[in-house]
Parts: sequence; structure tokens; C-alpha cells
Amino acid sequence: MGRDEFLFLLIGLKWTVALSAIGFVCGCLAGLVIALLRTSGMRPIERATAGYIALFQGTPLLMQLFVVYYGLALIGIKMDAWAAVAVGLTLHASAYLGEIWRGGIEAVPRGQTEASKALALSYSSRMKDVLLPQALRISLPATIGFLVQLIKGTSLASIVGFTELTRAGNIISNQIFQPLTVFGIVGMLYFIMCCPLTIYGAYLERKFAASAR
Amino acid sequence: MNYTLDFTPVIEGLPSLLTACLGTFTLAICGMLLATVIGIGGVVLRQSKIAPLRWLVIVFVELIRNTPFLVQIFFIYFALPLTGIRLDPTPTAIIALGINGGAYAIEIIRGGVQSISKGQMEAGLALGLHKGQVFRLIILKPALRAIFPSLTSQFVLLTLTTSIASAISAYELTSVSQRIESDSFRSFEVYFTVTIFYLVISWLMMRLFALFSARYFAYPVK
Repeated sequence: MGRDEFLFLLIGLKWTVALSAIGFVCGCLAGLVIALLRTSGMRPIERATAGYIALFQGTPLLMQLFVVYYGLALIGIKMDAWAAVAVGLTLHASAYLGEIWRGGIEAVPRGQTEASKALALSYSSRMKDVLLPQALRISLPATIGFLVQLIKGTSLASIVGFTELTRAGNIISNQIFQPLTVFGIVGMLYFIMCCPLTIYGAYLERKFAASAR
Repeated sequence: MNYTLDFTPVIEGLPSLLTACLGTFTLAICGMLLATVIGIGGVVLRQSKIAPLRWLVIVFVELIRNTPFLVQIFFIYFALPLTGIRLDPTPTAIIALGINGGAYAIEIIRGGVQSISKGQMEAGLALGLHKGQVFRLIILKPALRAIFPSLTSQFVLLTLTTSIASAISAYELTSVSQRIESDSFRSFEVYFTVTIFYLVISWLMMRLFALFSARYFAYPVK
């Protein structure tokens, strides 16, 4: 494998990073909304968001990407493959992060809610200043764990036809007939992105577990 | 924008989609069994007194957990023939699923084994059970019970991951739906229906694990 092939992989890598970043940032924003709706205390809304989460957790990401990709075209929105994948990843991330943060919000001791209500804090202040900072801290390890899942999930964009790292690997491997070398390198590139995050997540988990004791 | 949904190709393809669900179940169940074997074996090696064996397990787990399944399945698909093993896509997919699920299972089961207190093991030895019995009855079974919920969600995830096996055209639901889609061009209708199939499949898997848990782990805790 020559220098040009490797550079081609790096261009793919750039798109993998971009897709992961867009999916994660937009997924965080949407996920926050989902988590807040899921814990809003209004039965029908809680049921609906629980259904939304179950839908995304009970189906393969690949199918979600297919349905979004073809569904958007169906309702007349013309989009590039990468934008459709970004929308799909965002929806996927919003459901998973919504569920993770719901757990975080519910893990904050009940007395905190009661105390802030007794102090006549408004809903937004209660969430923004009291509950969410603690909830997000509790769920940080799980959030980082999901980020790793998401980075790996962007590889499925290759099946939809978008040239990110895995598809770049496919293309190169078909050109130079060295699939093991190519996919070995592609795997290592993913590993270099994900492993530091995994280690950091495990470190945070240990730290929080120690401080909770 | 005048698109009318037409589910006729889906209805016509329903028999082949339903049989493909069996393919998905086969991949998932065989993958889980292999993953469980790798998981338990990995935990035994991970506790071994020989340091290089422990390192090997750690490297294996981290390599698998930090790379996408799609890359793993491509790698295995191309690597197996080089070792002289020629397999169809479906067995290859089962091996890939087992290896991937196994790495996660090692971490989960290890957590369970570590939660078993040492006294329990010593009590078993003191009662004259030999080492194998102690491991099987006193460590593994309670450990598996403790981590069964995490194992369940990991294995439901494995079931959903089978859809990626379509990339090497193993026989399962996604690859069959792709075939129907390319024949009919009714992409949305096909994939929407198949998504609902997957929802039912993952629900069935969860029921199955709940039944299994009630059957094998229903003895009293204390």
C-alpha cells in the first residue's frame, strides 16, 4: 500500500470524524430534549418518548439509516448521502443519549427536586442549576461509551454509499487486492480514535465509583 | 411530489422475508452461543496466573470493542481463506458475531465473577468440592445471574448487529430485504416493514431471555 492509498484513507477518516462530530453534537441537543420530555411528569409525553427510545433501541442502526435515507427522499427533501446519514445518526444518538440522561436525572436524589421546589425555583432554573449538572456528571461515563458506539456506527454509512473510512478501505482493497493490510490499517485508525475515549470513560467511572463510596 | 406508497412488492416478498427472519435468528442464537463460550473462556484466561495470557485477553477485548463490527467482519471474511478455512458467508458471519459478542461478554461476565466474594469460593473448597465444581456452581452461576440483565441487552444488540452481516451477503433479513428492494425499487416500503420485523425480533429475544432467567436463575438469593 502506497502513500496515495493511505492519503485516500485519511480523507475517509476526515469524513468519519465529521459524521461522528455532527451526529454527536446534534444528538446531544436532541437527546437533551428527549431526556427532559421523558422526565417531564406528563404521562402521554413520557409514554411517547419512551416509545421513541424503544423504537431506536429495538431496531438496527443500519435499518434506521435506510429508512431515513429513503424516507427523506420520499417526503421531497433532496439531500446528499452524507446529510441523510447525519440526520439518521442524530436521531439514533438522540434516543440513546435521551435514555442515558433520563437515567442520570432519575439518579439525582429526590430531595434535590423537593428542595429546589421548596425554594420556589422555576422549572428551568431547577433543571439548569440543580438537576442537570449533577445528572450529566453521573452519566458522563455512559455518554462517552455511547460516543465510541457512534464513531463505530458511522462505518455503516459506507453501506448507504457514502465514502467514509470503511468505504475508503473497501475501495482501496478492491484496487490493490490486499484486504488484510487495508482493513488492518482501517481498524487501527478506528482504534486510535476510540481507545483513548474508552480509557477515559473507564477512568471516570472508577473515579465516580470511588467518590460515591 | 406525487409518490404513492405501494406495499405490493413487500406483500409478495412476505414469505421470503419471514423465512429470512429464521436466518437472522440462526445467526443471532449461534453467535450468542459462541460469544458465551468465548466470554467464559476469556474470563478464565483473564484470571490466569500466567501474565501473557491475561494480556492477550485484554488486548483482544480492547481491539474488538474499539473497532466497528463492519471492519471486523470484512477482516475475518478475507482472513479466514488465508488460513486455509473456506466457509460460506453465513458461518463466517456467525464467527464474526461470536468474536464481537464474546469480547463484550468477557467484560460483562468478569464484572459478575469479581462481585462474588472470596469467602464463598473458600467455603466451597472447604466443603470438599473440587476446583471445577467450585467454578461452575459457586462462581459462574451466581455471577451469570448477577450480570444477566447486562448480558441480555448486549445479546439483543448482537441480534440487531446481525443486519451488518448483509455486507458479506450472509443469509438473513437485511440481505433478503435488499434483494427485494433492488428488484422493486420500493426502498422505503421494504425497509420500513423490515424495521418493524426487527422490532418484533428484538422484543421476542427479550422475552426469551426473561423466560430463560426465570427457568435457571429463580432460586432464592439468601
